Amino acid sequence: MALEIAFWILAVIGVMAALAVVLLGDVFRAALSLVLCFLAVAGIYLTLSADFLAVVQILVYVGAISVLIILAIMLTREVQRGSPGNKLRLPAFFVAALFLGGIIYAMVNTNWQVSSASPLEPTTPAIAGLLFGEGGFILPVEIAPILLVAAIIGAIVLAREK
Amino acid sequence: MVGLEHYLILAAVLFAIGLYGALAKRNAIIILMSIELMLNAVNIAMVAFSRYIVPLQLTGQIFAIFIMVVAAAEVAVGLAIIIAIYRHHKTIDATKIDLMKW
Repeated sequence: MALEIAFWILAVIGVMAALAVVLLGDVFRAALSLVLCFLAVAGIYLTLSADFLAVVQILVYVGAISVLIILAIMLTREVQRGSPGNKLRLPAFFVAALFLGGIIYAMVNTNWQVSSASPLEPTTPAIAGLLFGEGGFILPVEIAPILLVAAIIGAIVLAREK
Repeated sequence: MVGLEHYLILAAVLFAIGLYGALAKRNAIIILMSIELMLNAVNIAMVAFSRYIVPLQLTGQIFAIFIMVVAAAEVAVGLAIIIAIYRHHKTIDATKIDLMKW
């Protein structure tokens, strides 16, 4: 019961914050509501008993990515100009609404094979075993830092003063 | 009772909001923020599938972790590109950036 109340509160906060991101005129306030949306998503992970993922979400998104976005807003000084829509606003709305309707129709009419087993808790040892253990995801784990290093070097090269 | 469908519909709503933002906004940073919203929506769907369909395997959560890695790389490179464009053109209006248009 408590889980359901938590889900509905977090879902409403998350959707409102996401709407604020795309509808607010002020870019900085949009970034702050994006942070709120990330926090709500972390809470949603907790209601799904994904405790490790919730902490990672707060560390990576709320901690790092939001700081990067706010720094970029400060550096580009577009705050005064706000966040206007382009001339595709109405078609974009219809595309998004059509997508939403289609995907909800597909989801509601699919017969999901929901398992009745109770989820693992805590998930951290199981995730560690899958990521680093025998027959797990060790190759993607090794490739991910290469991608991150390439992204960092690329970002430095791109943003450097000539 | 909150079930799999609730989480999937929440993910779909967040994804649609992000899609609208990515298509309809001029400010390149807002477009990047909308893309982050869409990635988060996909993560919610992944974790919900992991929780309700295969609760003992956690593969959906592993996928979500790798999506976060790629999202972090994407946002770093994307913001660097936006700052580089701002330096050259003094604007980040996506409708005015037409370097690759001929």
